[in-house]
Amino acid sequence: MTRLAFDDVACLRGGRVLFEGLGFALAPGEAALVTGPNGVGKSSLVRIAAGLLRPAAGEVTREGAVALLGEAHALDPEWSLRHALGYWIGDRTATALAALGLAHLAEVPVRVLSTGQRRRAGLARVVGSNAAIWLLDEPANGLDDDGVALLERLIAAHRGAGGIAVVATHTTVALPGAQPVRLG
Amino acid sequence: MRFGAIVARDLRRAWSGGGAWWPVAFFLLVACLFPFAAGPDAALLARIGGGVIWAAALLAALLPVERLVGPDVEAGVIDQYAVRGTPLALVAFAKIVAHWLGFAPPLMLAAVVAGGLFDLSAATLARVEWGLLIGTPGLAALAVATAALVAGLRGGGAVAGLVMLPLAIPLLIFGAGSLDGGAGAVKLLAAVSLLLTAGAPWIAAAAIRVGMD
Repeated sequence: MTRLAFDDVACLRGGRVLFEGLGFALAPGEAALVTGPNGVGKSSLVRIAAGLLRPAAGEVTREGAVALLGEAHALDPEWSLRHALGYWIGDRTATALAALGLAHLAEVPVRVLSTGQRRRAGLARVVGSNAAIWLLDEPANGLDDDGVALLERLIAAHRGAGGIAVVATHTTVALPGAQPVRLG
Repeated sequence: MRFGAIVARDLRRAWSGGGAWWPVAFFLLVACLFPFAAGPDAALLARIGGGVIWAAALLAALLPVERLVGPDVEAGVIDQYAVRGTPLALVAFAKIVAHWLGFAPPLMLAAVVAGGLFDLSAATLARVEWGLLIGTPGLAALAVATAALVAGLRGGGAVAGLVMLPLAIPLLIFGAGSLDGGAGAVKLLAAVSLLLTAGAPWIAAAAIRVGMD
């Protein structure tokens, strides 16, 4: 059973409390929309959810595989997009590239891709990871309007298939029925 | 992630752009400088040659230390391993294997050339190569652990030298000591190398984990 729950979680960074007493629970098909101004701990919340950061207090329950879209794209710049993505998602690369509208860039080296194209490539890895829990940190950064619409469709499809999504953003990403998590 | 895939990626990155030849070129350069510094006395050079090769190997192993872990932390590659549940110690061990494959075989070839420069006897050269084969895994392990410790530090390269070189002294002592043909030194060299290779992945993983916070 896929599940992601925060129970009374606090986050301490550099001796400063970013948030405390944070709690929410996500069942299959549900999503959380984390919003707030810069520096309130949206990225830290995502990293805590991913298990990369230990919460200063509280408990995080995570049941199911995790796919993370972080700040850094984690694709080797000198490799072709197909090869760089293939390192992470293997034979699901072609499908994931097509889903993000990147199929025509498959043979282009990652270093010449634009910011938006790299963002899409990062999302392709999330899509191709087959993970039930999507953790997306500023997924709309650098995306054009079509890209944001595509992102919203992909998240909706993922939720429709019983997946969970946590989206941290300072822009507008439409997530119908998502639990709002407002920081700061 | 599969272990073999991580090794292959790291090795490919090390070799891309001729990166693997830098330690070898550096090694040969250090070996070439010694005869200039110590003078053209063939007997003296033959006596110190093996030790010089060992000191040069140590420095060559240290050379790519900033490229071993730091860039992967910055690019988010380590984060991606972690969310996939790949143990960081396994990642570190894969990096050790890749670093060893990247620098040790070319270095052992270059040592033949260096042996010629110092006019080492065939028996001494064989002992140097044998010692390098046993000792270089320890050097690679030490380099990866150091790389993990200094990842994200400004001026990490200089700090890496200060951290790694003292810890490599046992390898140097027993490596150079094995040149006299003493079996004891070879065994101790193997013991130190094994200890470093077995311990470094855990140290590197802990260092990377702390760096994430």
